[in-house]
Amino acid sequence: MTYEPLLQRAPSTKLPTFPDREGVFGGERPSYTREAPFKIHGGCGLAGICDESGKMMSGETAILAMAVQRDRGNGLGGGYAGYGIYPEFPDHFCFHMMYHDVKAKEDAEAVFDRYFVVDLAEPMPTRPVKGISNAPLLWRYFLTPEPHQLEMTDMTAEDYVVHAVMRINSQVDGAYVASSGKNMGAFKGVGFPEEIGHYFILEEYEGHTWVGHNRFPTNTPGWWGGAHPFTLLDWSIVHNGEISSYGINSRYLEQFGYRCTLGTDTEVAAYLFDLMLRRHKLPLELACKALAPPLWSEIDRMPEEEREVMRSLRAVYGSAMLNGPFAIVLGFNGGMVALNDRIKLRPLVAARQGSVLMVASEESAIREVLDAPDRVWTPRAGEPVIARISGMDWPIHGDLRLPASEVSCAMSGVEDACDAVEVA
Amino acid sequence: MPTTLIQPEFKVEIDYDKCHKCGRCVQQCGWGVYSFNERPIPDDAKCRACHRCVTYCPARCITIRKNELAFRDNPHWNTGLRKAVWRQAESGGVMLTGMGNDKPYLNIFDHLVLDACQVTNPSIDPLREPMELRTYLGRKPDSVEVEPDGNGGYKLAEGAGVSNNIVLDAPIIFSPMSYGSVSLNVHKSLAMAAEHCGILMNTGEGGLHADLYPYADHVIVQVASGRFGVNPEYLNRGAAMEIKIGQGAKPGIGGHLPGEKIVSAVSETRMIPQGTDAISPAPHHDIYSIEDLRQLIYSLKEATGYKPVGVKIAAVHNVAAIASGIVRAGADYVYLDGFRGGTGAAPQIIRDHIGIPVEVAIAVVDQRLRDEGIRNQASIVAAGSIRSSADMAKAIALGADVVAIASAALMALGCHLCQGCHTGSCSWGITTQKPELTRRIDPEWGAERLTNLIHAWSHELQEILGALGVNAVESLRGSRERLRAIGLDEQTCNVLGVKPVGL
Repeated sequence: MTYEPLLQRAPSTKLPTFPDREGVFGGERPSYTREAPFKIHGGCGLAGICDESGKMMSGETAILAMAVQRDRGNGLGGGYAGYGIYPEFPDHFCFHMMYHDVKAKEDAEAVFDRYFVVDLAEPMPTRPVKGISNAPLLWRYFLTPEPHQLEMTDMTAEDYVVHAVMRINSQVDGAYVASSGKNMGAFKGVGFPEEIGHYFILEEYEGHTWVGHNRFPTNTPGWWGGAHPFTLLDWSIVHNGEISSYGINSRYLEQFGYRCTLGTDTEVAAYLFDLMLRRHKLPLELACKALAPPLWSEIDRMPEEEREVMRSLRAVYGSAMLNGPFAIVLGFNGGMVALNDRIKLRPLVAARQGSVLMVASEESAIREVLDAPDRVWTPRAGEPVIARISGMDWPIHGDLRLPASEVSCAMSGVEDACDAVEVA
Repeated sequence: MPTTLIQPEFKVEIDYDKCHKCGRCVQQCGWGVYSFNERPIPDDAKCRACHRCVTYCPARCITIRKNELAFRDNPHWNTGLRKAVWRQAESGGVMLTGMGNDKPYLNIFDHLVLDACQVTNPSIDPLREPMELRTYLGRKPDSVEVEPDGNGGYKLAEGAGVSNNIVLDAPIIFSPMSYGSVSLNVHKSLAMAAEHCGILMNTGEGGLHADLYPYADHVIVQVASGRFGVNPEYLNRGAAMEIKIGQGAKPGIGGHLPGEKIVSAVSETRMIPQGTDAISPAPHHDIYSIEDLRQLIYSLKEATGYKPVGVKIAAVHNVAAIASGIVRAGADYVYLDGFRGGTGAAPQIIRDHIGIPVEVAIAVVDQRLRDEGIRNQASIVAAGSIRSSADMAKAIALGADVVAIASAALMALGCHLCQGCHTGSCSWGITTQKPELTRRIDPEWGAERLTNLIHAWSHELQEILGALGVNAVESLRGSRERLRAIGLDEQTCNVLGVKPVGL
């Protein structure tokens, strides 16, 4: 099913104008740092579903998977990421934006206008839903880097986009980039996930991969930007759990230039994936093994070559080990990976039905979505469940080369996360 | 005139009603406190309160008390200072002492508390779940390079990996103590225990006695400024080598081994004449700067087929920059020795007034190496002084990879911290070369007690990790988020990178 409103608009480089609107938060935009000056403690529910054949499924699927896991959240955050949802604009970066007020929107659009060619800008389609209130202004933009500007910066297109995300998140007051990847988007906010899904009319989107999240923060009420998934370019990460090794994980990342400013475990997991996959060029399977490694007693029994790889992984990435309870789903254009902690302290169930691979915190979600799964299993501790869409390229993240501080700044929206960097 | 103005520190009291008159106290005391004339007669002035006689008295009739002579109160001129002046006025010499700094400086370990899990993340039960302490000591690459192995899996790329690291079963090793300062039986006990526990002992600067060659895989061989006992064979007998620049108990000066302790076998092992004082030069005379250190590190590596080389330094004010230089010079580990570290012999004035606490040294070195992006290039070994598994856990949380213990190890062998190591008359047979005393340590017995100690601390560390909700020691290493300071000033908290309790 195509998404009609999207096609009806003629591509335009002019930004539409909007009626003025009062800031919905009645004051300053809340920031991550204000929300969580210290580490956020909490539990959550999650789901991920991917059709490895590339066949599309409606966002309704993701809503169903999350709705039955309602009790895993407390209404303070829900969200989704869908992949393959914008086939009309496969090569455009799609920015899902949250604006505190019109001023924020104008400021962010000034950035878009100067540095990008905006081929479509439109309000995010939403419908009123009971339980959802205080939504920020939600807009989306399909854009490509302005060729002349891009040439002057001597950057890859991905670098350029991350720069822009960083700049908007950290320097444009009241604007937040919810997602910035190609042919994908994140839909998130404060509410239960099924409410958020209906609010964003997800049933009208079709994607080959969906991830969903239900948040149970235990400190302060969340803000819209603070809901999962966290994204950068086409990566999205949803996470349930608490990383007891957060202290050393964040210090380890700082050594490579990442700035863990949010105090969330999710952020740490996202940067570790970025470090290992993008910068250290580790295969996805091994990156997962480094994050949730086998026990030494298991490693000692492995065949020699594998044993030496695993020993080195543990010795070198000991500080990157995510220790403590977690289940993570990482989505990207090309598939998804789900990973559990090394002794399975958080739930994660997986199922396969034909070419469809699904993971969820609870089996109920799988039973709700898949009518006749071939196999339902509980992935072993630290054993990644990887779905790869046939014919789609690796590695993920395209040609991103930016240093870590800018990646963390872009992702977190916290200015301290990077030295102020001027685009062009 | 009296020969001394200094009154005895202790009073030895014997309950003669109970005394068997067996003379065992006379035989046991290495300090010559007792003479025997129908019954044992103590000379209080010689007593060091080491409790050897008390422990071995079959009648339990000996009591050692402090000789509580009243001095006019004067906290500024405390009793110790007065006695020091009298002693130096008598001798004109530098006062020597043994063991670590005993002055009541703020003890940072005692102001740090650890975290535990409640509700939002589960604690882990070390009795029922795996709890891993294995630690890799040495230089690690920035990343792991792999290539496809052709069967859908991966293998290490050529030259990648950590094959040059030393694997420890627990993040704890024995600190360097030289043969000469301690007896051969102590060395044997340490080596056997190191083998039992899958850890390392360290020769100190006194060479390696031939009896210890079978334990080579569990021995760090030290190269200090005196180069005692250093030859290619010695270097190749170690699992790793260590260049000793400084020691926490005596930063800036070399080792002291009084001639009384240089007996025949010691002289052979050290390759120096019998009975001469073995006083190492303060600096290495081939290391006058960091580039010279680099040359020595690589000379040692060349001589041994690139075994790991560590560098031991005393924790001093500028320790972070020094450690950074050491890592950049190619060291595989940096050994930080805090100012409470022990010694077999040191000038008291140096021991008590020079250096900084190891807690601070770990914190600033770990942070500096991270700031420079070279933390993975060397392990941090922390010592001086680690008194318990709690100190060990806190040191690791501050950023140490491994802790090293010596005082605690000697206490396991009977040491009572009487601070008489430099005299060569240790009644417990530890820091002596007198055959009648050294035979008091049976290496099998010593190894068992040391093994017990290492196992006990390992179990306790596992309990701590379990409470913290992690099941591998690398998740505690450098995780200062799991520490809080209680009663430390803000500046110290910042230096340590630790939040105060309540935050």
